[in-house]
Amino acid sequence: MKRSELLSRILITAGMLLAVGTPLFFWTQTPLIHARMAENGGWNPDVIQAEVGNPLHLRLTSDDVMHGFSVGQMKMDAVDVEPGKVTDVTLTFDKPGIYTFFCTRWCGVNHWRMRGTIEVSGPGANPEPAPTIPLYVTLGFDLDAPHESPVIPSNQPSAVRGQQLATNLEMSKFSNPDFYRTNSPYQLFEALSSTNLSDLEKWDVVSYIWQSNTTPKALTNGRDLYAQNCAACHGENGGGDGVFADDLAKAGEASMESMTGATDMLMQTPVDFTDSKRILGAAPALLQGKILRGGMGTGMPMWGSIFTEEQIWDLVAYLYSFQFDYQGEAQ
Amino acid sequence: MAKIELTRNTSIKNALISRYPQLAVFVVMLMGYIFAILAGLVGTPVGSHNFIIVFVWIAWWAILILVAVPFFGRGWCAVCPIPLPGEWLQRGAVLNPPEKKPKWFNLRWPKALRNIWLQNISFLLLALFSSVLLTTPNITGIVLAGMLFAAIGLSTIFERRAFCRYLCPVGGFIGLYSQTAPIELRIKDKQVCATCEGKPCYNGSTNGYGCPWDVFPGGLTKNTYCGLCMECLRTCPHDNIAVNMRPFSADLAKPSTRMDEAFKAFIMLGSAMIYAGVLLGPWGVLKDAAYNVGTSAWFIYAAVFLSIIFLVMPSFFALCVTRFENLNIFKKRFATLSAALIPLGLMFWVAFSLSFVLTNASYILASLSDPLGLGWNLFGTAQTTWQPMLTTILAPGQTLALVGGLIWSARTAQKAANEAKVSAIPVIGYCLIVTAVMLWLLL
Repeated sequence: MKRSELLSRILITAGMLLAVGTPLFFWTQTPLIHARMAENGGWNPDVIQAEVGNPLHLRLTSDDVMHGFSVGQMKMDAVDVEPGKVTDVTLTFDKPGIYTFFCTRWCGVNHWRMRGTIEVSGPGANPEPAPTIPLYVTLGFDLDAPHESPVIPSNQPSAVRGQQLATNLEMSKFSNPDFYRTNSPYQLFEALSSTNLSDLEKWDVVSYIWQSNTTPKALTNGRDLYAQNCAACHGENGGGDGVFADDLAKAGEASMESMTGATDMLMQTPVDFTDSKRILGAAPALLQGKILRGGMGTGMPMWGSIFTEEQIWDLVAYLYSFQFDYQGEAQ
Repeated sequence: MAKIELTRNTSIKNALISRYPQLAVFVVMLMGYIFAILAGLVGTPVGSHNFIIVFVWIAWWAILILVAVPFFGRGWCAVCPIPLPGEWLQRGAVLNPPEKKPKWFNLRWPKALRNIWLQNISFLLLALFSSVLLTTPNITGIVLAGMLFAAIGLSTIFERRAFCRYLCPVGGFIGLYSQTAPIELRIKDKQVCATCEGKPCYNGSTNGYGCPWDVFPGGLTKNTYCGLCMECLRTCPHDNIAVNMRPFSADLAKPSTRMDEAFKAFIMLGSAMIYAGVLLGPWGVLKDAAYNVGTSAWFIYAAVFLSIIFLVMPSFFALCVTRFENLNIFKKRFATLSAALIPLGLMFWVAFSLSFVLTNASYILASLSDPLGLGWNLFGTAQTTWQPMLTTILAPGQTLALVGGLIWSARTAQKAANEAKVSAIPVIGYCLIVTAVMLWLLL
């Protein structure tokens, strides 16, 4: 073989090896966490290991549409995960446990299914504290039982009017947080039956009591949480008409068609928070339970692993603002 | 305009005869091709950020349809990496012919298939799946790898470049449109070829290989099947091969009478129009049908696509052949007149390509720095945001291309009609109507 031929073959072989080896080498050296819509696989990997105190560097990329990334029970700003681009995130955990990471962008009807876990361990880790028993469990609330208010106000109750009316009433037993959390607005309405207030005036007082158990800051926090996590299904104005509501209803019908004996085709219809009967009959502890646990087959995800207890109470307080006129209490 | 023989210039001639500049280009192209396949298979599945989609369907396509084909004809075929591994295997060498040739089957391509019908089919196969192919990196990667392996396989079974000549989905239309290009490879003196012993340009010699495209240069009258590989320039013992600059569309003065080439013109013209409607138009239903391969909507789309190309457009064009004596003469006239659709089709593709190339060209910079979507930033351009380019010249540029194509096809129609001995007016009318439809689709 001529020398020129030999050299050419070596050059070609080297070129090919370079063309094959370079992308393969860097590909294997660049582990990424891939985000896909839930129906296409969700997060991959969806279980990540980390150690207390050791910064965890994550490189996130989306394989389809825009997603977001955040970790529940942690103070961090959500980051966007863009298609074909890489987002770097560094997390440091100060206590062991299993943390849930989740998508924060409304990427599709199954957006809420995009979750994964970070298992944080490490030497010297404190043992897990005993889990707090949720209030609805302590109270023995059946989250799935009907809880409609038999009476609803003819107009939107006003907290401002309620405050004026309450000055002439003995309200101390209703104003404490324990009463607020364990009773529905309708129960308070009933408790006010001994007064000589009209029905609407009673609802105004209920509105005032509910407002007095929250703060403008908490309402703002609840509003932000709602807008980011709930409005996709329940609607921006709480009407159960979010952008995914129709798709959820269709998915619900499709799944119900495959079940025998089912008559109610509303399985995945998001709850309408402007429905007074439904909300005024629900105690804050009941709503807290529903948020914590999720809807059990209704399509409502469980948020207990994502929201802190304080966030859930803020969110619950905000949900009542669809019924009561708090006059711009949210900041 | 007279022809200008470029190979009179010694530097140009030597550069074309020497195998080293060509080899250097081959190596770079093949590396890029292999890299693209790997990017498609292991890189991000997001097409707009994957090297294979950005560099094949945006950058390469732009260069091919806006520069290479109009100005260099089969210039792309001269540097295409797809046939190289197979050809090197077949030859047993990457440079000059070896003393001992490897023993492959070396069969002649079947006579019944010595036309471009298979290329028409392979193009249509890709065209029907184009919405998925153009956006899905791993599908494009598999198709490119498949073409590479098909070329290797065919090189070990058949003689010469069977893949390029008879199967390549791109080669068919490049050949058709190369007739319009202002460059050609031709012999200088027919008498020299007629008396040449051994015909080394076709059969090979120690200086080079017999024409890989199975063409006898002495009989070359069109660019269609000359791959500009320059082997005949190396093997001709009489210095009788020239690379010339010439007027545009010189080959169309004497149009082909082959039906496979005529239908290639319809396939390309029709595909450009359908793509303009489906890929650039506002009709979501069409886009969904084209994208959801295998669904009933897609089958309807495919049936309509094929009907437009094989029935509707040719049927109306057949009305342009105003004289009927017998079927054979009718078919020849039909094929001859279809030459008018060649410059028109090319300019349709230029106008269509301008739209998506200018819209998506900004992806090239981002992909250059991060070709696999792994978060690299090799040249500092990874964060380049998507932005359509030169939007102000798009509509005028497309209009100019289409109107220019119409005028060009009208002149070609006049020549073709003279050859076919019929009136050119119906053909010009046909071209006018399809141009108006294309203008409506694009603008």
